[in-house]
Amino acid sequence: MNGFYPIFKRELLAYFRSPVAYVFIIIFLAANAGCTFFLGNFYDSQQASLEIFFLFHPWLYLFLIPAVGMRLWSEERRSGTAELLLTFPVRLTTTVFAKFFAAWVFIGIALMLTFPMVLTVYFLGSPDNGPIITGYLGSFLMAGSYLAIASCTSALTKNQVISFILSVNICLVLVLLGWGVLGDTLNSVFPVWISDFVSQFSFTTHYEAIRRGVIDLRDIIYFVSIIVIMLMLNVVVLESHKAS
Amino acid sequence: MSSSLSKNFNNFLAVDQVSFEVQKGEVLGFLGPNGAGKSTTMKMLTCFIPPSSGTAEICGFSILENPLEVRNQIGYLPESAPSYDEMLVGEFLSFVAEIRGFSGKELKRRVSIVVDMTSLREVENQMIETLSKGFRQRTSLAQALIHDPPVLILDEPTDGLDPNQKHEVRTLIKNMSEDRTILISTHILEEVDAVCTRAMIISEGRVVGYGTPDELMSQSLYRNSVTVSVNAEDHIPLMNDFNKLDFVYSVEHLPGETSGTGYYAFVPTK
Repeated sequence: MNGFYPIFKRELLAYFRSPVAYVFIIIFLAANAGCTFFLGNFYDSQQASLEIFFLFHPWLYLFLIPAVGMRLWSEERRSGTAELLLTFPVRLTTTVFAKFFAAWVFIGIALMLTFPMVLTVYFLGSPDNGPIITGYLGSFLMAGSYLAIASCTSALTKNQVISFILSVNICLVLVLLGWGVLGDTLNSVFPVWISDFVSQFSFTTHYEAIRRGVIDLRDIIYFVSIIVIMLMLNVVVLESHKAS
Repeated sequence: MSSSLSKNFNNFLAVDQVSFEVQKGEVLGFLGPNGAGKSTTMKMLTCFIPPSSGTAEICGFSILENPLEVRNQIGYLPESAPSYDEMLVGEFLSFVAEIRGFSGKELKRRVSIVVDMTSLREVENQMIETLSKGFRQRTSLAQALIHDPPVLILDEPTDGLDPNQKHEVRTLIKNMSEDRTILISTHILEEVDAVCTRAMIISEGRVVGYGTPDELMSQSLYRNSVTVSVNAEDHIPLMNDFNKLDFVYSVEHLPGETSGTGYYAFVPTK
């Protein structure tokens, strides 16, 4: 893993050197609060829990995470720094993972800044700690999966807009596969196992389980494998760009 | 260091069996117009892109089998000197030194050496984005030198510099060449003359000339030729007379700007 740390550090720093970090964090926090209090009617639920807060994360991430990830490789390729970065004595896999982890940690920081929500529910009542902890864990893992997809699509093109649109669409499909409406439609035509099978591929299905406070190894393996597969694909995309 | 490389991009043969050998202490210049395949050859040598066929060996390491070790041996200045705009010059150089495996005092010492070598002291704490072209170019050059590599590959190192800076960089390259192998690409003829011990002329992906700068010049038809400006209405009798001179191999007539003037290029017999 030679070279992992300096690349990780530079990448993370790059977020905070540009307005991207601040704009993202502000919008992320505002959107979270907006969804929880207005769309989710947090106060009407009369519950001291973060269930409503976590409920909207798959939809929020759909736009916010590709916005963070779209520059990962497009920017390097557009500005020519890819030629510098990829001629250092570092394995391509290491570079891809280092850049990914930097962006993931950045999203983790934004997620941690939602701590006033936790304080709010503790102030309002005595919430169950379990679902709060697993909710954050699930949300962070899911964010990683979105990000790995965005990283991979960003390697496909020099154009950040194309990279953004591609990853939003791929993520949307993975969210919708577990959407209740789709499941009902499938059930009306096919046997139930088909919709069960299809929903196993979805972010939502696995995220729901974790966010309810159940840590099942299968859900964690799902997110980790999406991350690993997408990043390996990312390596392949970069390799094939170099060859042609 | 030796190579024999070809590269095609979607049926376009960008580099066609470019073969050469360079020893320590030599500066080899790639000379050719834009799009001739100079940069592509360099990208293959630095393992940025794989060759379609052929291979190269750098310090005993093959670019196909041992790319990481090859990259350890090379300091590379890519064309148009890309670097991370949002970083400070010193920070960027420290980043590169860290990737190259240095840390602590050694890292600081290395950064300090290259900053002095490339005269970057005054902009060390300046953001790369705000630098002039000359400083950017030198920052990128400093980055290539940080691990004191036995092989330097510099893609148009003096591009965009003013004449003074060009001179400085050339002197720097010359001074470094004693215990190193250096490859530079350029489309400026005088640069080859100024720094290279050998030059390779590349055109449309092919090597069309290879030798010391003097050898290459002696191959030229126009070596030692003389151009004379003459006021004359009719150039045909003049040409006939010129051709009769026994030291003249051939004469070419180049029309002047106004009628009645003309230039005559005399190519001497050997």
